[in-house]
Amino acid sequence: MIQRTPFANALTYAIMVIGFLLLIGPFLVVIAGASQTMQQVNAVPFRFVPGDQFLANATAAWTRGDLGHAMINSLIMTLMITFGKVALSACTAFAIVFFRSPLKHLFFWTVFITLMLPLEVRVVPTYAVAADMFTPFRLLIQFFTGIELKIEWNLLNSYAGLTLPLIATATGTFLYRQFFMTLPDELAEAARMDGSGPVRFFFDMLLPLSRTNILALTTIMFVYGWNQYLWPLLMVTDPSYQTVMMKLRMLLPPEDGGTPDWNVTLAGSLLIMLPPVLVVAVLQRWFVRGLVSSEK
Amino acid sequence: MEKRSVFKSTWLPILFAAPQLLLILLFFYWPVTAVLNWAFTLEPPFGGAAEFVGLDNFKEVFNDQLYWHSVMISIIFAICGPLTAIFIGLVLALAVDRELPGSGFFRFLYILPFAVAGPAGGMAFRFILSPERGLAAMLNEIQPDLWNPAKYGSHALAFVIIIFIWKWAGYTFIFLLAGLQSVPRSLIEAAAMDGSGPIRRAIDIQVPLLAPTLFFLLVTMMTEGFVGSDTFGMVHATTRGGPNHATELMVYRIVDEAFQGLNYSGASAQSLVLIGLIMIFTFIQFRFVERRVHYK
Repeated sequence: MIQRTPFANALTYAIMVIGFLLLIGPFLVVIAGASQTMQQVNAVPFRFVPGDQFLANATAAWTRGDLGHAMINSLIMTLMITFGKVALSACTAFAIVFFRSPLKHLFFWTVFITLMLPLEVRVVPTYAVAADMFTPFRLLIQFFTGIELKIEWNLLNSYAGLTLPLIATATGTFLYRQFFMTLPDELAEAARMDGSGPVRFFFDMLLPLSRTNILALTTIMFVYGWNQYLWPLLMVTDPSYQTVMMKLRMLLPPEDGGTPDWNVTLAGSLLIMLPPVLVVAVLQRWFVRGLVSSEK
Repeated sequence: MEKRSVFKSTWLPILFAAPQLLLILLFFYWPVTAVLNWAFTLEPPFGGAAEFVGLDNFKEVFNDQLYWHSVMISIIFAICGPLTAIFIGLVLALAVDRELPGSGFFRFLYILPFAVAGPAGGMAFRFILSPERGLAAMLNEIQPDLWNPAKYGSHALAFVIIIFIWKWAGYTFIFLLAGLQSVPRSLIEAAAMDGSGPIRRAIDIQVPLLAPTLFFLLVTMMTEGFVGSDTFGMVHATTRGGPNHATELMVYRIVDEAFQGLNYSGASAQSLVLIGLIMIFTFIQFRFVERRVHYK
């Protein structure tokens, strides 16, 4: 744009710097606090200069929260959610878009309605289902045949219980659906003419073409999975399945009347929040694309 | 848009959609039905079959002073948080969209808080806004107890709202920036030719054209404020509903009532109220936002 606007430019920069302080400032405080000694972190006024204690604090936090184990659990859970979501929603979208079937509208609406009700408002019965997976089937069988079955399958304290209910949402399906709709009709036609069936078309053409979509969905699902809080909190009672988010409260300074070691807490929190932030920083282009196109 | 060229098969689409549909039926539709069932029944205290009690559970919920208190602070939360987050996102998007040298750097950074989990961010803010240390302690240097979220309910509510704003401002920023970039460049240039400066253009052209995005964000953000998983996590990791119920948001209360108070029927009745609320929001979005706000 060819227009000299010195005042507006100065204002723009001022706004951007204020935005930086508001949004990134907290990160800077956490980084500074996490690398200071206990005396420095409790000093008023707070000093923004990072110290050299980060490794010591991080090690202390790591042992206090048993983070090594929790990190592995979080990673497993995140990868399972991500992979499950990417794979299953591609299949569903394929079934909805590429088949002339009377069921496809039913499929579409069945999936669509799940967008409206997040886990939080139905968490109590979802928990009940996970605690006793066969309840619905048992009731159905009892209703139709009158036979009362005594099988139980409990998902509490397992990776399946941590991940399956979180995969049962619609986010990815619509991302794929929108992309599949933009593909030209000639593509499926050509594939058919060359003698390829639907399965081959799906694996050999659709999936390779969806590469950017898959990457976009992977990034948003990674962030979604890693940051899960409520569900693991309810599902897991066995410490060996705890995820990092559940460890946050454990990192709080012990309340024994002494000086609280917030430097350790901050170092631990930093380690816990870091993986998704890194993913977003490195793969930002895909993250933004996934976010914008999956929500609209 | 319907695809013309599709595959014909009756069992293949079912097979492809089956895994996800099964998960959704099990972990979505079944629990939602259970919410309905529990909301109208009451389980006798000494075991036995649940008994149908009509609207009694709702009466009990609505007669509870604390429930209305929680509704009120949820409304405050879900108005103040989203509006401020959208405002900050809008101002930053307008600034970054001018594409002055260096703005790419800020765009890259503004998104990062969104990758942080609510509870982890909450932990950081517990330090930053603590009355004894961190940044807010400087306020208390001026006059003791000028800021103390552990003691004053209004401070605690403000504290939770600040975390919400911090996390979601970057999210609104992404959407508003995407919206701004789809405003035709020629429009802006024509306005510049007519002698309008950047601020006038922002107010008279860009913001009105963003109306659909703004409405979309308002609905999404308010839904997030009422039922978002991060909203629960923020409260749970920081104030735990306190002090004296001052931050007991509706979504927090449901989970607390069910798993601390073991009152499934009351929690389900509250869930149902919240579900009704979301339905209204979704309806508004489809009815008014998608149709009326069109400036093409």
